[in-house]
Amino acid sequence: MRWKETEYTGWGRALRARGRLARPERLSTLIELSAESPAPAIGMLRSYGDVALNSGGRAIDMTRLDRILGFDPESGIVEVEAGVNIGDLGLTFAARGWIPPVMPGTGFATIGGCIANDVHGKNHHVAGSFGQHVAEITLLQNGRRKTIGPERNAGLFRATVGGLGQTGVIASAKIRMMPCKGDMMVLTERRIDDWEGFLSALDGTRADYAVGWIDATARGGALGRGILEEGEITSGISPGRGRAREVPFDAPHWALSGPVVRAFNAAYFRRVPAAGRTSVKPITAPFFPLDRLHNWNRLYGRRGFHQFQCVVPLAGADSLRRMLERIADSGLASPLAVLKRMGEGRGGYLSFPMEGYTLAVDFPNRPAAVTLIGKLERMSADAGGRIYFAKDSLAGPERVAEMYPDHQRWLKEVRKADPEGALITDLVRRLGLREAR
Amino acid sequence: MKETWIILGASSSMARALARALAGRGAGLLLAGRDLEDLRRTAADCLARGASLAEAIRFDARRPETFAPLIARAEREDGMISAAVFVGSMPEQAAVDADPPLLEGVVQDSFTGPARLLQMLAPAMEARGGGTILGVGSVAGDRGRVGNYAYGAAKAGFHTYLSGLRSRLARSGVHVVTVKPGFVDTAMTWGLEGMFLVASPEKVAADMLRAAERRRNVIYTPFFWRWIMLIIRAIPEPLFKRLSI
Ligand SMILES: Cc1cc2nc3c(=O)[nH]c(=O)nc-3n(C[C@H](O)[C@H](O)[C@H](O)COP(=O)(O)OP(=O)(O)OC[C@H]3O[C@@H](n4cnc5c(N)ncnc54)[C@H](O)[C@@H]3O)c2cc1C
Ligand SMILES: NC(=O)c1ccc[n+]([C@@H]2O[C@H](COP(=O)([O-])OP(=O)(O)OC[C@H]3O[C@@H](n4cnc5c(N)ncnc54)[C@H](OP(=O)(O)O)[C@@H]3O)[C@@H](O)[C@H]2O)c1
Repeated sequence: MRWKETEYTGWGRALRARGRLARPERLSTLIELSAESPAPAIGMLRSYGDVALNSGGRAIDMTRLDRILGFDPESGIVEVEAGVNIGDLGLTFAARGWIPPVMPGTGFATIGGCIANDVHGKNHHVAGSFGQHVAEITLLQNGRRKTIGPERNAGLFRATVGGLGQTGVIASAKIRMMPCKGDMMVLTERRIDDWEGFLSALDGTRADYAVGWIDATARGGALGRGILEEGEITSGISPGRGRAREVPFDAPHWALSGPVVRAFNAAYFRRVPAAGRTSVKPITAPFFPLDRLHNWNRLYGRRGFHQFQCVVPLAGADSLRRMLERIADSGLASPLAVLKRMGEGRGGYLSFPMEGYTLAVDFPNRPAAVTLIGKLERMSADAGGRIYFAKDSLAGPERVAEMYPDHQRWLKEVRKADPEGALITDLVRRLGLREAR
Repeated sequence: MKETWIILGASSSMARALARALAGRGAGLLLAGRDLEDLRRTAADCLARGASLAEAIRFDARRPETFAPLIARAEREDGMISAAVFVGSMPEQAAVDADPPLLEGVVQDSFTGPARLLQMLAPAMEARGGGTILGVGSVAGDRGRVGNYAYGAAKAGFHTYLSGLRSRLARSGVHVVTVKPGFVDTAMTWGLEGMFLVASPEKVAADMLRAAERRRNVIYTPFFWRWIMLIIRAIPEPLFKRLSI
């Protein structure tokens, strides 16, 4: 296999890596690579920071191993290569009455990436995390195939789900799909006027899918205003897929400056009538609202952006409000800000979810934003919460063990799986995840 | 109308993209090549995406004894039989310069092997009075370049063969498309120096199917390679031989 020397970045484009990439198209090539030059696997690079980067080293691009290997309509179990995109899987099966039980906010994440970050969707409060629906993983460790699952090699399985690729290369996996009525979604959107209103709306929702868009520029009495989206899957006739659009170049730095964002957010808030509204849409629209605009990350210009995402326990809601206050006061937030209530579901030792509230906000990559994110991280840890590795690009190693209490158990499995440290990525190095504490 | 496609070199990512597109419209697929383990995985994928039939079948361009069983398998299906040829190999020119017998393999993989198979398949297609052949050549076959002339010569041979076959089969309603890709982002070109304007395999597959539908004879994909090659072919030989493109 030839290696390609190239520069690549996470979705936020603030962190870059130069290194050598292989991109196997067949399982046999992947096995050879894993035996001869073990390296971390990477997917669609939809993680924001450096979890999928290996500066100066090698990595294995999994995107060409993207085949559906089998489907059993009795059990609903589908077997796929790790490079299959979750959105592709959803579209292929939804019309036949099955969907992946958990889908993140982009359809462009691979199954390997969904497992390695144990991703959550807008239905986390009902369905738990992605890893909880994985029946089996075929893992490659130095060229050897290992089959693991919730019962078989359970320790290794729990270190692999949410395990940031540190236990080996996920070659393929069996996912338990969920029966669904069709490929449409009934979507209800409601304006929420303030923070307290938002929490009680999220606590009270009975919908399968629920997520809040929050205006992170609103202050004072309007702090925490936004729109609650609730959805249920249904059947119906899809109007067909619209054409995707591209952002052709890096936007100038003022495109997402304070005044522009404030004006945009106010308009976005009013877009939904005061009395709310209900509509029926193809499932791709509410699941993957941003995917129709390819490369939208270029709107942040050359310097890129950061996403901060944390979760705090239910009792930490007040700290979360203080965090939002800081964000609103700073005037640095972009329109992309999401608030959601999570359930307990998590599939692995290093999985992000915990029962509580999660807040995610994008910031253009500026020194003031970097300082602010540092503060927010400390506030999350103080509140007994944690930050999400799939999004992080700035944290230090100090508080990881506190935020991730199962870190030691993960480390024990990882040391057995990859004693040489061949699978370490930039984030793992930065946060010292492979070091004992 | 029921359609069954023989795909030669089906482990190429371009071939996979074409097979998937065909699967989406319910076609039957005979995925032919040397790496059966890989082809079986592609067959499963095509079935999941709607193919009415998908089978992995052994085919080696250097082993003509593998040709007849493949054709016989296709003939067992009724409806139209079509074929898409993706086989080809491109060792570095320097390797061929150092080891001249390599030339034969290149010619067998990229030209004489698939041509002989098509030659054997033609009567069945004539008898059914329809179907399409999509033959993948290369812009490299448009002119012999110092960096790549062994491969280029094999592709040029294949182009000429397809052009003659087109005339023959047109008489019985079978259509032949010569496909000349520029640079495509596949295993063949991954990590090579000097790649530019690289197209995705899906783009090439979509262009191929559109060309089949519109009964085009020779296409360049992406289209602008037609203009690039027009210029390259227009360079006078005395000048061209001193260039290192
Ligand atoms: C617009 C947008 C919305 C998002 N919404 C959500 C959301 O709602 N919920 C959520 O949880 N996340 C969300 N994310 C984050 C995203 O789902 C995760 O970062 C996901 O892991 C990305 O998958 P990927 O294929 O791009 O993986 P990459 O980012 O390429 O890699 C992620 C990690 O997985 C590892 N990995 C990848 N493939 C393999 C493999 N085959 N074997 C072993 N390890 C592997 C990598 O080493 C790395 O550690 C969102 C991202 C975007 C851009
Ligand atoms: N990539 C480009 O930029 C580009 C540009 C112009 C034209 N092309 C042409 O496009 C076609 C597909 O190429 P690709 O880029 O996708 O590269 P590829 O992955 O190397 O595909 C070549 C295919 O040919 C098969 N093959 C080679 N020798 C064979 C033999 N003796 N018997 C049976 N199968 C054989 C290979 O199968 P195995 O699994 O058995 O090796 C493989 O499936 C080729 O004809 C190539 O010349 C490519």
